[in-house]
Amino acid sequence: MRSKLILLLFVQLCFALFALSFAHSSGSTEGYTINGRVKIPSVGTKEFFLPGKISNVKVILNGGQRVTFLRPDGYFSFHNVPAGTHLIEVAAIGYFFSPVRVDVSARNPGKIQAALTENRRGLNEFVLEPLREEQYYEIREPFSIMSIVKSPMGLMVGFMLIVVFLMPKLMENMDPEEMRRAQEEMRNQGVPSLANLLPRSS
Amino acid sequence: MAMAIRAFLMFVLFLFSTQFCFSLYEDQVGLMDWHQQYLGKVKHAVFHTQKTGRKRVLVSTEENVVASLDLRHGEIFWRQILGTNDIVDGLDIALGKYVITLSSDGSMLRAWNLPDGQMVWESSLQGSKLSKSILNVPKNLKADKDDLILVFGQGCLHAVSSIDGEVLWKKDFSGQSIEVQQITHSPHNDLIYVAGYVGSSKFYVYQINAKNGELLKDNTAALPSGTYGELLSVSSDMFVTLDDTRSKILLINLKNGEINYNDNHISDLIKDTSGQGVILPSRLPGIFALNLDSLGILIKVTNEGGLVLVEKINNAAALSDAVSISDGQHAFAFVQHEENKIHLTVKDVHNWNSDLLKERIVIDHQRGNVEKIFINNYVRTDRSNGFRALIAMEDHSLLLVQQGEIVWSREDGLASVVDVTTSDLPVEKEGVSVAKVEQNLFEWLKGHILKLKGTLMIASPGDVAAIQAMRLRSSEKSKMTRDHNGFRKLLIVLTRAGKVFALHTGDGRIVWSVLLRTLRKSEACERPIGLNIYQWQDPHHHALDENPSVFVVGRCGPSLAAPAVLSFIDAYTGRELNSLSLAHTVAQVMPLPYTDSTEQRLHLIIDVNQQAYLYPKTPEAIHILQHEFANVYWYSVDADNGIIRGHALNSRCNGEVVDEYCFDLRDLWSIVFPSESERILATMTRKSNEVVHTQAKVMTNQDVMYKYISKNLLFVANVAPKAIGEIGTATPEESWLVIYIIDTVTGRILHRMTHHGCQGPVQAVFSENWVVYHYFNLRAHRYEMSVVEVYDQSRADNKDVWKLVLGKHNLTSPFSSYSRPEVITKSQSYYFTHSVKAIEVTSTAKGITSKQLLIGTIGDQVLALDKRFLDPRRTLNPSQAEKEEGIIPLTDSLPIIAQSYITHSLKVEGLRGIVTVPAKLESTSLVFAYGVDLFFTRIAPSRTYDSLTEDFSYALLLITIVALVAAIFVTWVLSERKDLQEKWR
Repeated sequence: MRSKLILLLFVQLCFALFALSFAHSSGSTEGYTINGRVKIPSVGTKEFFLPGKISNVKVILNGGQRVTFLRPDGYFSFHNVPAGTHLIEVAAIGYFFSPVRVDVSARNPGKIQAALTENRRGLNEFVLEPLREEQYYEIREPFSIMSIVKSPMGLMVGFMLIVVFLMPKLMENMDPEEMRRAQEEMRNQGVPSLANLLPRSS
Repeated sequence: MAMAIRAFLMFVLFLFSTQFCFSLYEDQVGLMDWHQQYLGKVKHAVFHTQKTGRKRVLVSTEENVVASLDLRHGEIFWRQILGTNDIVDGLDIALGKYVITLSSDGSMLRAWNLPDGQMVWESSLQGSKLSKSILNVPKNLKADKDDLILVFGQGCLHAVSSIDGEVLWKKDFSGQSIEVQQITHSPHNDLIYVAGYVGSSKFYVYQINAKNGELLKDNTAALPSGTYGELLSVSSDMFVTLDDTRSKILLINLKNGEINYNDNHISDLIKDTSGQGVILPSRLPGIFALNLDSLGILIKVTNEGGLVLVEKINNAAALSDAVSISDGQHAFAFVQHEENKIHLTVKDVHNWNSDLLKERIVIDHQRGNVEKIFINNYVRTDRSNGFRALIAMEDHSLLLVQQGEIVWSREDGLASVVDVTTSDLPVEKEGVSVAKVEQNLFEWLKGHILKLKGTLMIASPGDVAAIQAMRLRSSEKSKMTRDHNGFRKLLIVLTRAGKVFALHTGDGRIVWSVLLRTLRKSEACERPIGLNIYQWQDPHHHALDENPSVFVVGRCGPSLAAPAVLSFIDAYTGRELNSLSLAHTVAQVMPLPYTDSTEQRLHLIIDVNQQAYLYPKTPEAIHILQHEFANVYWYSVDADNGIIRGHALNSRCNGEVVDEYCFDLRDLWSIVFPSESERILATMTRKSNEVVHTQAKVMTNQDVMYKYISKNLLFVANVAPKAIGEIGTATPEESWLVIYIIDTVTGRILHRMTHHGCQGPVQAVFSENWVVYHYFNLRAHRYEMSVVEVYDQSRADNKDVWKLVLGKHNLTSPFSSYSRPEVITKSQSYYFTHSVKAIEVTSTAKGITSKQLLIGTIGDQVLALDKRFLDPRRTLNPSQAEKEEGIIPLTDSLPIIAQSYITHSLKVEGLRGIVTVPAKLESTSLVFAYGVDLFFTRIAPSRTYDSLTEDFSYALLLITIVALVAAIFVTWVLSERKDLQEKWR
């Protein structure tokens, strides 16, 4: 079990170290170009992008230092980026993207490594995919009898129904002798019945 | 009794707080929130009306927005907001289907798809030095030809293919130290002229083949004198500029590759004038405009190189570029002011005698002057030319004028909100007519039955639409009176244009707006800027017949030494009550916690010379202040030198002029941070109007912790000097973040903590006894959020009940910064995924409701995060008791739950700030987020435990009651019958 884990870690490390150079230096001495691609898998179809949505995606370098947009094929690039460790974020409504740590090597011009910061997974190809889709709204529960029954009003009605229809059944099962005695008692006590409260029609 | 209620409330709170997130059903959108989209002040506009399809206008603005607007209604078709450093320099249309923008000092060229705003290509143009950036899209009528885009930026001329953004050729001018002023392209021989100066008197012209960038000819001429201002191209081979005395016009002609120039005295053209002129930037064929003695002067350049005065325009405000209306015919427009009207005149460039159009349009004087005008022509049904004009006003609003009327207007000043305050609405007058109620009863019932159908999910689509419409137009929420729950208020916002708007919280409509006189450009005040807006008078108890008022503090220029201006505004009507141009400057405005008999709040304005001025200037205010003289403290932060100082009032100013409202300060303390290891990055204090409900916090083991609640706490975040830049510029070893919590009365440092390997930007929020801050951890390369809570140890012994009973406690001892109580702090850090633009905390009327942090993320959304996620007492395995108290098991990162985005699926583009205001209802807090867009909603951090929700089904309740009553009758009848049977037996 442990050896498996170590192997896995090693493999990941390899990926991180020998990441393919998916970006190239622009040739000028000032900085490098980071090229990448954002892939948004759409549900159902084979198309990679939902039409109309891709135009609302922004790619952000170092917390707002630079902002760029996606081309129709999903590619983006940052030009003139100095060597160092940078952070790239993707802002897209409806999707959760992990920020990406990008190392632009100064010693090894044009060598760029990337890793997702959320799960520390190295990227061997600079393709950013959303970790999950975001659902901003609660889903309304479809109508069910239970939801009505569970509501306070439902409970009230339910209780009343029990009293109306089950109580007489219970009364029937009672001993007639006992029943009569109970009724006698009630009459003697003069229980305020609803009949007294209501105006007599006669 | 109060205790019982409180206990009950706490219990209810606890019950409800088991649900973490704020959440919304999709059909509730727009019920209590509103969202408005804006653009900002328009800089460039290009019309697109040739095709028969939708007519649109493309604009770019000072908020770095590129947008396509519907020309009929002014609605936004699409909009792209560029980064904050990505300032748009030029905008045009290429190939009839791409919108081309040049930004970032001429180094980014982008093409956007005209119908939907999708970016088509992007090209990074590199050069070596900063220069003027020019975008030139030659108009080629043959559409099949690959249109070239000429871009001059960073000292290089680039020719870019408009199909895919490929750089076809590049010519570097930075080596020759030429300041390029103009680029013209003559279509008939496909030549490009690049004109510029070396120094101010040497004129250079390069002739370049547009096909391959080959330098055909370069020419130079020494001008007779230096030049001033703009070099304007009048045609593809003629240029106009002014000499350095600004009294002569130099006309430079490039006929046959030779540079010829002649100069003309302005006074030869215009009699009896001595003033100095300025050439106005314009693009007119054969004509240029000169501003002289506040007169607009149009001068025509003849083919022979002569100058002819065409027209003098009084009160000229703006001049448009020329539009071509038919072959060889060009028209342009200018605007003149006359009181509350503007005169729009459209003329033919070559045929000066007749006006193509002369219209008079009435414009609300609150919109100020016309700043920019763009015109477009259309063919009327009688084949004559009609014109429409897009006008950008002084208050940044945008108007479309056609046939002498304003077709639509957009209040784009609201894209640049500077500061926000709120005001209550007037109290409702007594006397509601009974007839109205009766008439509404049926409607009311019908509405509720519809709603019931909705909740039971048996409503047809038509019903659903009806429900939605009914909810949205509910007149209740947009009334102009105060409501019981305190949901209806006025949001009073100050914009960068110097205009103040009052927005209704119910539906976001503009109740009033006023362009402040003090914040308009004038002789005395060249570049005024609005700084802050404060409550001035808020009548609660006394002076109820007076309207509340707010005041705006501004400055006459960007420098701190510019004199201050004040404006007082009636919050109900928007009338400017009073305005003052002050002799002193403004460095800081301090609202004091005292009000006078008319409930005007006392304010101290502290100027750069360390003197404090009291407002309002009444003897009563002086009297109140003298009473509280020893209790006024404040601090100042000198970020450049790394010093924080504490001040108190000292004595009257002893200047030459006796001013009894002016006071000297004395320094009480100062903290000097070592400049070689620390730089001040951010400071944060508590909101002065925050209400704290209880000082005590009961722990799980029945212990009591006492929060250290002081209004005078300051949070300071310092970073290492090397890490002051952005992410990616520093290594973890050379960066650290040091945070302090300082008492601003005594200068005592209550807490200090170092985060190694961390850097800014720091966003922080301070509330009650805790501070939450967001920063970047370079080692993990992730953002982190930390919480620090401060507890008062000196009161910790008061947990013994006997002591309380016997009165041996110190709970009633006065709270003072000078008492130096022992404090302990607890802190914890968590990872947070996103970059953060702003953090705010919810505030409620009594401070009972639990708090939520409102985090404005880099994606321009606002996330509500429960404070309990940022509790330093979170542990990996909380005990049962701790779980019951609501402690969440420790995780290394803070959860981002999509349902708790209060902006749901909307974006507040260009988010800059979040403001929270308590409603009267304790459970609810009003939230206003502003940026390029505005968003308002109200949230209940612990659910609305003190009122029924909007969703509450009255109809169901009614039906239940009816059913119960019916059942009672039925049972009664049954029992009667049974009785009778019984008797017959």
